[in-house]
Amino acid sequence: MSVVPISYYLVLSGVLFGLGVIAFVYKRNVITIFMSIELMLNAVNLAFVTFARAHNQVDGLVFVFFVIVVAAAEAAVGLAVVIMLSQNRQSLSIERINHLKL
Amino acid sequence: MSVPFLLFFVCGVLAVTGALLLIWAKEPIHSALSLVLVMVSLAVLYLLLGAPFIAAIQIIVYAGAIMVLFVFVIMLLNAGAEEHTDFSRLAKYIGLPLGVILIFWAAYWLLRSPAGGGGVTGGLIAGPDSTQRLSKQLFQQFLFPFEATSILILIAILGALVLARKQE
Repeated sequence: MSVVPISYYLVLSGVLFGLGVIAFVYKRNVITIFMSIELMLNAVNLAFVTFARAHNQVDGLVFVFFVIVVAAAEAAVGLAVVIMLSQNRQSLSIERINHLKL
Repeated sequence: MSVPFLLFFVCGVLAVTGALLLIWAKEPIHSALSLVLVMVSLAVLYLLLGAPFIAAIQIIVYAGAIMVLFVFVIMLLNAGAEEHTDFSRLAKYIGLPLGVILIFWAAYWLLRSPAGGGGVTGGLIAGPDSTQRLSKQLFQQFLFPFEATSILILIAILGALVLARKQE
């Protein structure tokens, strides 16, 4: 059984994180921006699991567990905010949501 | 080319394709479905890394609960194709090249870093003690944070309820 190098997993994780950053700055829809945050969290989770395997410790897996729990809570609150925003503004475009801008 | 190697490349290519589709797609619902593709292929990679419990909660919580919530909100708000206005040219001409540089820099650095040394034997079936060790760690050393997450989820439920109820 051959061996997949650790660095391959790390490169995949880094590439996914970078794609998440690109999606974050490029997308104009609030929901899609949320989804790119989830993509970045997933990329970091992959790095955690890889290091947990590499060092043969389960602490990384515990961290992934907590990241998933926090992501679930964040998605629930964030999507409630998105619903409220769309009720107030009749739009999901990030350019129409500029209350906090001076 | 053995099975774990092949599986890693297939799932890696699927994950990157899903992430590119997320950026490419105009409709939010297409972005959501491609994100599900990313999550499922990452779950297979977790199995390959010998973390079956994490793979299971990746499918159940991420691809199941969270993405269903996303799809539900997209359907509820009837989110159509996004519009690109002039303002986002800043993101296009500065953000995109910087993001591409970040990808290549991170890939180069991670490929070269000493942390990436050594290999991972890709066993689809992890040792039976993986989940056992995880749960021991979770319920002994990390018991207090684990209990704190229940309060976090309770607060999240209350916050979502307060935010999303009908405005009087």
